[in-house]
Amino acid sequence: MVMHFEYDIEGGDFSKAGNVSSLLKKTLKQLVGNHKIVKRIVVSMYEAEVNVVAHAYSGKVIIDIDTDKISIQVKDKGPGIEDIEQAMQDGYSTASEKVREMGFGAGMGLSNIKNNSDEFELTSKLGEGTELKIVAYLKNL
Amino acid sequence: MKISDIVEQFNLEVFSGKEGLAREVKGGYVSDLLSDVMGNSKEGQLWITLQTHKNVMAIASLKDLAAVILVKSFKPNEDTVKQSELEGVPILGTTENTFEITGKIFQYLKENEII
Repeated sequence: MVMHFEYDIEGGDFSKAGNVSSLLKKTLKQLVGNHKIVKRIVVSMYEAEVNVVAHAYSGKVIIDIDTDKISIQVKDKGPGIEDIEQAMQDGYSTASEKVREMGFGAGMGLSNIKNNSDEFELTSKLGEGTELKIVAYLKNL
Repeated sequence: MKISDIVEQFNLEVFSGKEGLAREVKGGYVSDLLSDVMGNSKEGQLWITLQTHKNVMAIASLKDLAAVILVKSFKPNEDTVKQSELEGVPILGTTENTFEITGKIFQYLKENEII
């Protein structure tokens, strides 16, 4: 293990959405330079962050940077996802009107995450929360 | 081609992030859906939008976009301006609508073999 980070995300606070992604980007740029993997993982991290802000009460991000891979876990306390298959469909969103007016909630976030990671696992318990695990391999540059 | 060339050519207002005006322009992307821009825009592109809130700057910075152009005389929010200054990513403005300004910039970038 090279580096381990943990961050908290507050639900509903859009002014801070993207802060974790920004820190991750800066750290990765120092570690691996301007690689494609940095661009990919930053897209995933941002979308995951926004999902917590838009849908959950609070969340925790755990990032492990290894010599061959980057793993991210995002665990939130929130309403959970009733039907993950449906949530994964492009264009499907349960975001509020207010969130949509900001240009979020287009139903593209989860597929952005999936398309930009090598491993993707999404689990959820209704009324408790949602857990996302993604991995990007450094060899896939 | 630099952002300052685009500003001059189309008489754009510069709201903030002046120190970023020397950045290179490599193309453009047009969308008001943030996840669309997150997923599909490329480094060095101008982003043309009507969204004025702070999250626009988070995306522009994370995606290394060249600058943001607000259409139809929209003005950036105060915290959006702050973030723009912090990141050095310019926010520009036009009185024209998205269709008009996009068409003109597209044409200009094409003529100059940028895209």
